[in-house]
Amino acid sequence: MRQSNPAISKGIDWSLVWIYLLLVSIGLTAIFAATYKEGDAVIQSFINFKTDYSKQFYFFCFSALLGFFILLTDSKFFAATANLLYAVGIVMLLLVFPFHSPIKGTESIIKLGAFNFQPAELCKIFVALALAKYLSRPETDFTKTRSQLIAAGIALFPAALTIMQSETGLALVYFSFFIVMYREGLPSIVLIIGFSIAALIVATIVIEPNTLAIILTAIAAFIIYLFRRQIKRRRDLLVTILFLWALCVGIQRFAVPMIFKNVLQKHQVERIYDLFGKDNPYLEKGEEISAEDAKKKKESGSSYNVRQSKIAIGSGRFFGKGLLNATQTRYDFVPEQRTDFIFCTVGEGFGFLGSIILLGLYLILLLRIVTIAERQRSVFSRCYAYGVASVFFFHMAINIAMTIGLAPVIGIPLPFISYGGTSLLTFTIMLFILIRLDADRQMVLR
Amino acid sequence: MSVFNQSRSRIIRIIFLIAFVVIIAQLFYLQVIEGKYRQLAMDNAVFAKVVYPERGIIFDRKGKAILNNTIIYDLMVTPAEVKGIDTLEFCRLIGIDTAEFKKRILEARFKNTAVRPSVFKGLLTKELQARFEENSWKYPGFNLVERPLRTYPFNAAAHILGYIREADTKDIEKSGDFYRQGDYIGKTGLEAYYEKVLMGQRGVQYMIKDNKNRLVGHYENGAFDTASVAGRGLRTYIDVELQQLAERLMSNKVGGLVAIDPKTGGILAMVSGPNFNPNDLTGSEGSKNYSRMVLDVTGPMLNRAIGGRYEPGSTFKPLGALVALNEGVITPSYGYPCGGRYTLCGHGKPACTHAGGGHAANVRLSIANSCNAYYAHIYRLTVDNPKYGNVKSGYLKWREYMNTFGLGVRLGLDLPNENPGFIADTSVYNKENANYWTSCTNLTLGIGQDKMLTTPLQMANAMCIVANRGYYYTPHFVEKIDGETEEDTVLMNKFRVKHDVLTHIPDTAFTAVIEGMNDVVKFGTARVAQIPNIDVCAKTGTAENYTILDGKRIKLPNNSMFVCFAPKYNPKIAIAVFVQNAGFGATWAGPISRIMIEKYLNDTLMTKSKADLERIANTNLMPAYFKRLQYKEDSIRAYNWYRDYKDSSLIKRFLKLSASVNEQKSAPPARKMPERSKKETMAAIMPKEKIYHKQANPAAA
Repeated sequence: MRQSNPAISKGIDWSLVWIYLLLVSIGLTAIFAATYKEGDAVIQSFINFKTDYSKQFYFFCFSALLGFFILLTDSKFFAATANLLYAVGIVMLLLVFPFHSPIKGTESIIKLGAFNFQPAELCKIFVALALAKYLSRPETDFTKTRSQLIAAGIALFPAALTIMQSETGLALVYFSFFIVMYREGLPSIVLIIGFSIAALIVATIVIEPNTLAIILTAIAAFIIYLFRRQIKRRRDLLVTILFLWALCVGIQRFAVPMIFKNVLQKHQVERIYDLFGKDNPYLEKGEEISAEDAKKKKESGSSYNVRQSKIAIGSGRFFGKGLLNATQTRYDFVPEQRTDFIFCTVGEGFGFLGSIILLGLYLILLLRIVTIAERQRSVFSRCYAYGVASVFFFHMAINIAMTIGLAPVIGIPLPFISYGGTSLLTFTIMLFILIRLDADRQMVLR
Repeated sequence: MSVFNQSRSRIIRIIFLIAFVVIIAQLFYLQVIEGKYRQLAMDNAVFAKVVYPERGIIFDRKGKAILNNTIIYDLMVTPAEVKGIDTLEFCRLIGIDTAEFKKRILEARFKNTAVRPSVFKGLLTKELQARFEENSWKYPGFNLVERPLRTYPFNAAAHILGYIREADTKDIEKSGDFYRQGDYIGKTGLEAYYEKVLMGQRGVQYMIKDNKNRLVGHYENGAFDTASVAGRGLRTYIDVELQQLAERLMSNKVGGLVAIDPKTGGILAMVSGPNFNPNDLTGSEGSKNYSRMVLDVTGPMLNRAIGGRYEPGSTFKPLGALVALNEGVITPSYGYPCGGRYTLCGHGKPACTHAGGGHAANVRLSIANSCNAYYAHIYRLTVDNPKYGNVKSGYLKWREYMNTFGLGVRLGLDLPNENPGFIADTSVYNKENANYWTSCTNLTLGIGQDKMLTTPLQMANAMCIVANRGYYYTPHFVEKIDGETEEDTVLMNKFRVKHDVLTHIPDTAFTAVIEGMNDVVKFGTARVAQIPNIDVCAKTGTAENYTILDGKRIKLPNNSMFVCFAPKYNPKIAIAVFVQNAGFGATWAGPISRIMIEKYLNDTLMTKSKADLERIANTNLMPAYFKRLQYKEDSIRAYNWYRDYKDSSLIKRFLKLSASVNEQKSAPPARKMPERSKKETMAAIMPKEKIYHKQANPAAA
């Protein structure tokens, strides 16, 4: 390719392409290991489009082809059509509501022939582009709160739509765009406050209310103790701390329960609690689930998944069991092992060593993207590159963290590894647009 | 702007890095430090499937399998795979209704999930199994699973063979966790004694299972599997036809019978009455029958041939004579002027059935006429032998003789739970008689009474010693073990040692005793044992016995005893028969022995014996007091059950039963024993329950 068409290959960052190919091959191997059954004819089933690894292989071929076309595209095209594409994405998300296919547990999928198409997944690209476009506008002054609110709106509007489609996990991904905004000058305090509120809400869900109130009070008392000298001089500091404390307790004791009880639908609340492996405590009397149901839920619910996933990964030890000797993943102990829990296959089959290599690849990819972002002359390209890095980071970190019990189980795929056509296509497009933009890094895009 | 925020790119990089470090740290913990996950994964995915070996088979002396393995089938169902079957037809085939069908499927789902097989109907009959097999293609989700089972083709030798049951916690503990829950273990009889030989060696197959616990293949291609080794067979001395005959003869009687080949010590037959059919303890009715037998006061589970203790009575006399002759206190020509009772101790006891006429003019005559006075006297002569200084030393010497004859000690045959019998130590007499006693105190020991208890096995073995003129082999069943190993040889060696314990007794003494025993058959009390062309030597015995019932000491009919061996020269069989509460030795025990000898030596029975066989087999000699005893036991159990569990159902049932009993008391009909089982022996064991129910119903109406 490089020799035959020097015009296209000029300026392309080949390291990204190689990492991409490596990751996709690892993904194919992992899916193969997770779904291969004794006696399958390997070559034959790879091309017959019947097995999952065969399907993934064809998805890859299609994605690679698309990636190639993206490299052929003029990089101005992306900046020019960013807003339009965003609009198309929103329309697609809206179209899901009347046309989604009846698949259990989600309302985010449209069936197109033999394919399940998930606009919420694809929409990430358009948000990244649109956000980059907005931030790179010369008239945008990102120090102004108004601009910051608009930028947040661009990122979070699709998230809201996605939540309404019962895909809380995918919706959370859009919050990763705050990293882009942070890079472009969003005050740190916004992130800190946002993070604190998020932590508080999570704590409200996870920790028993009275215990949490006591913890918060203790923290407040500790802070007052730390700043006792300053407080002597400035009374208003004490007032601020007390106000913050009251706010936190208020959110925890009243705001969150009120929202869960009155604003959100029952099944939505339940889903949120499910993410943390907990039962919905806001049920009306008579709605309590029976012990048997609870047991069933426990066995099929996320805590079971995480337990099995940890067993699978932990049993891989340092060197792993070998590709097809992984008993946990091969014999269906881990649910969703082709998609969200694909990392188990790697952890069990290739052990700590294999996991480190995979994580290393991801880290190299992320740092490389950040480096590329920083060398862009165009703000649009830089913002877009940060968008890509943020989305990738969120997916990788949360996905792997949930398989090893560090994060709640939110169903988001592992980039380039998980089985799934839409997600592979999305990540490929995102990466190749970046490569295309980077190839023209000398150009200034508006 | 971008320049202003350049530093933030470093912060973002650090955030990325921190996240990855945290993840790697957790991975390091899970995969390298924490070791439990490997085991958890093994438990999850690898299933150690125990492969049970086939238990060893037990053969009789002619190579017939008297204990065999058979396979019975359980009908299993995998609810998830049951699709599109004609339920009605299926139910008709199995013999249940559709409601029951639904119930069982639901149960299976509940107990074992829908994807794993559970028992739909256990232990199918042969007919049902055949019927299902023909139609099995119509019923997906149903399949037959083999269950190995012990079977007894001759319906005989229950007490010898013993039985197997699932190992309980005690067995498992005792074996050092060698056995596991669900393993079968020999509980009594040969099954228990030769457990190690019979059980074989368990194999293990490591199977991979999936998330629904279905086995999907061999772990590591079976590299860690071990094959099971089948248990080895036992070749015994038992003559199964003789055994069956003996069981017929002892049916509806309480007592024990042992027949031994004196030349080898091999036990040819051993019966304990009441008996039961070993097949009753296997199969679907097994545990029901078992609990019934355990509660039966007649003790069908007790092997009286090695566990019943009886005064040997007159059957002891040949041994007494041999001891006295060997000690030199008498000679074969020694006579005693018996005038109908023994007078030298002043109380005129024991009495003798004969009076005068020189019926005890020498050893041979004394045995033939079974003179009580003579044997009381020579016992006194033996223990009062001046050689030993005093009666206590003399008694100890006599006791030593008894032990040498195998009385009062365990012989050590290859069955568990052998009773040693009882020969009192001097301390017993010292205690009872304030340390002062003479040979008069226990002179009835000379005629096999007083503090002397023997088992039928011991008496049969003593007959072997007499027949062999001094030596014996430890009685045992197993001649050899198939594929004998060194370990087995160690086990078997003790049965292959000739015990020359009494060969020092002069031949003249043996001749006198043996001729005397021969005379018993020719002219004496055992004429009933005469067989044309065979010189039988025998001794009858009759012992009084008492029991305490409802606080009263009541006299029971005498125990009928008979010991014998045949032929006189080159003996081939020695028998001891004890029938409780049956009367004179010659009436029951004698003919039983004769029929046994005939069968064993001639393989056919005389017309007279055939008639006797019918008569004896059809006579019920179960002591009547057992009924009262059972009644009491049942009432006590019913009360205790009520007291402990506040459940009066047993009492109610019991009251119903007792009402019918009392009714019968007022008008005692000549009841025939009801048929409970194919074997008539079974009928005797537990006759009441059914008949009481039958009669209680009209009374209730």
